[in-house]
Amino acid sequence: MSETAEYAETASPDKGGAAPAATGSTSSRTPSPWRSRLYRWDIKASPYVFVAPFFLFFGAFGLFPLLYTGWASLHRLELTNLDDSTWLGLENYTNLLQSDYFWNALGNTFTIGVISTVPQLAVALGIAHLLNYKLRGSTLWRVAMLAPYATSVASASLVFTLLFAWDGGMVNWLIGSVGFDPVNWRESSWGSQFAVSSIVIWRWTGYNALIYLAAMQAVPHDLYESASLDGASRWQQFRHVTIPMLRPTILFTVVVSTIGATQLFGEPLLFGGTAGSKGGADHQFQTLGLYLYDQGWINGHLGRASAVAWLMLAILLIIAAVNMLIARRMRKDR
Amino acid sequence: MRSNFRRSRRLVTYAAVTALATSLLAACSSDDEGGSAGSDGKITLNVGTFGVLGLKQAGLYDEYEKSHPNITIKENVIERNDAYYPKLLTQLQSGAGVNDVAAIEVSNITEVVKTQGAKFEDLGKAEGVEKSTYLDWKWKQATTEDGKTIGLGVDIGPTALCYRKDLFEKAGLPTDREELAKEWAGDWDKYVALGEKYMKKAPKDTKFVDSASSVYNAVFAGAKERYYDKSGKEIYEDSQGRKDAWDAAMKVAQGDMSAKLKQFDPTWDQGFANAKFATVACPAWMAGYIQEKTGPEGKGQWDMAKAPTDGNWGGSFLGVPSAGKHKKEATELAVWLTQPEQLAKVFAKQASFPSTPSAYDSLKPSAATKAYFSDAPITEIFAGIAKNTPSAVYGIKDAQIGQSITDIGVLQVEQQGKSPEEGWEAAQKEIKDVLGQ
Repeated sequence: MSETAEYAETASPDKGGAAPAATGSTSSRTPSPWRSRLYRWDIKASPYVFVAPFFLFFGAFGLFPLLYTGWASLHRLELTNLDDSTWLGLENYTNLLQSDYFWNALGNTFTIGVISTVPQLAVALGIAHLLNYKLRGSTLWRVAMLAPYATSVASASLVFTLLFAWDGGMVNWLIGSVGFDPVNWRESSWGSQFAVSSIVIWRWTGYNALIYLAAMQAVPHDLYESASLDGASRWQQFRHVTIPMLRPTILFTVVVSTIGATQLFGEPLLFGGTAGSKGGADHQFQTLGLYLYDQGWINGHLGRASAVAWLMLAILLIIAAVNMLIARRMRKDR
Repeated sequence: MRSNFRRSRRLVTYAAVTALATSLLAACSSDDEGGSAGSDGKITLNVGTFGVLGLKQAGLYDEYEKSHPNITIKENVIERNDAYYPKLLTQLQSGAGVNDVAAIEVSNITEVVKTQGAKFEDLGKAEGVEKSTYLDWKWKQATTEDGKTIGLGVDIGPTALCYRKDLFEKAGLPTDREELAKEWAGDWDKYVALGEKYMKKAPKDTKFVDSASSVYNAVFAGAKERYYDKSGKEIYEDSQGRKDAWDAAMKVAQGDMSAKLKQFDPTWDQGFANAKFATVACPAWMAGYIQEKTGPEGKGQWDMAKAPTDGNWGGSFLGVPSAGKHKKEATELAVWLTQPEQLAKVFAKQASFPSTPSAYDSLKPSAATKAYFSDAPITEIFAGIAKNTPSAVYGIKDAQIGQSITDIGVLQVEQQGKSPEEGWEAAQKEIKDVLGQ
């Protein structure tokens, strides 16, 4: 027992290259077996204790809900009676795949995703490029960029709902002053999707711009210097130096925005107002997230809602796989 | 020296981990602590409500706290019932975080009675509760098949019609409430005909009603036949009550008589303030809403008349979930809050109409409310409607079916220009999805 204790003591990195005298001095006050056991236990267990919080959290708030929704998606489970479930197998999934509402929601999620993500990232890149110049009061501009991101979804959506109100809203007043007829934004199919996208764009452009800006500032200065020596204009510098150097960052923001777009929920829900989970009278802006909420919490079919959740996960995994392929291709190209 | 340092560092680490762990545990457990007895024997009772029930506004909690010094009342309000109700269900299912007293909306009461009956205390047997205190139909709605009464009636929604005298006058319509009530008595078609007349001379930027859905709900409030028959079978397709309500809503939607607002949206609130519509269906609980949203300029402009048919739209109950920690005290509170004297105070403050008929003779609206609605005999109007309200059969998914019809079907015709046939088809498809068929 004491031999192994000795071994542990000498092997400990602390005592690394200690002279024999030092070892002697340690063994002269050899700790009690209890203490050394505690010590070994400490060495072995401490790392686990340190990482435990993450795993506990992940288990409670990540893994368990994931598995439970998986289980629920295979059952008929109603919000009014969680103790009673009937095995359905894949019926929830086949029902969903045959439901017009599901495909409609998937389509809406895709179109809203495209018309919100593409302009958002393009504008963010432009803004970041502008902010990258030496500007007076640059901190002020940067903070201003981030302000929409710090606004809550609820207040932003409320303001946009009023802006897009069909009677007396500012947007209709503006297009009316140019001579167009007012648009019933919420109840028209492209109009509502445009309005919801505009909330998303407004909230997230600044955030992405700051990420781009951070990446731009990491681009070595001599690249620009040599480019300008070669006679490249500012625009050419942007195209041939900045963008290629930003590629990994752009890919990252594309992935994050895509995930955000797939899970879009708060903006359309609040834009819809009363009965917002329907996403309009014709479900014209009902996203997958809204459809899930409507099924689970308004209609009370938790089993079906869980199946929607798992299909959303599947969609995200497919997107991730495609993204990985593209990333690999990009690396090879270089 | 070094080993000392190591030991102290280790101690610090252990301390940190312990602190983290305990704070985590505390964070996890603090959620269901609500409503526990403090060390001084004080009890906090949580009352879960939606919208403006008016109990707090009428000062009832303060009054109760004064006469029961050991009790503190905390109201947890969620503004919209469509957010409140799912939360109530999950709390009842898990038994965690339930309010000691929980409000239930009338469109959900059948579902609660049929599926959650076992999770509530039987208030019918509680001390001080007399069945005869409450309207008979209200009592029955909250009673399970085996005779357990899980909720006591708070308010009901006898539905009148509120109208703006100033707009009616400009459009050349009569403004006297008796005359108007006589003109449209018994038939919603006559109300719609008046709307057509209004629209011919409508003041600029105004419409006859706020929304086609509100007309649907007002007509449906007086229906004898709703979405279910007595056996619990869905009959929404052929129900006469549903058909009448739908037809009236369609006439309003297609006749361009509606301001195309969605009730309880911010834009609807603005519609009140900017006088965008001349009439609005007026269940008792709406009276307070109209005053608040129209603001002081509306004083004396709004008036109130009996609707073509007598009906009930909305209303609520108070129940005591069995998972609560202080069932005895909570039951006492729920019983006290729903006594006629207390509900009369809510009426005086908020105009929410009591479900206890014995209070009707002594009911007095506040002077402000009376003046706001041009000195209309509010009590008599609502009491008269409440007496004649047909007893209707409510069903398990009333709320969701109603929402599918108003927010899908009616809205498609009103705002997307679809035909009534298309609108009804869409509503039917939605209802089938809701019912999981």
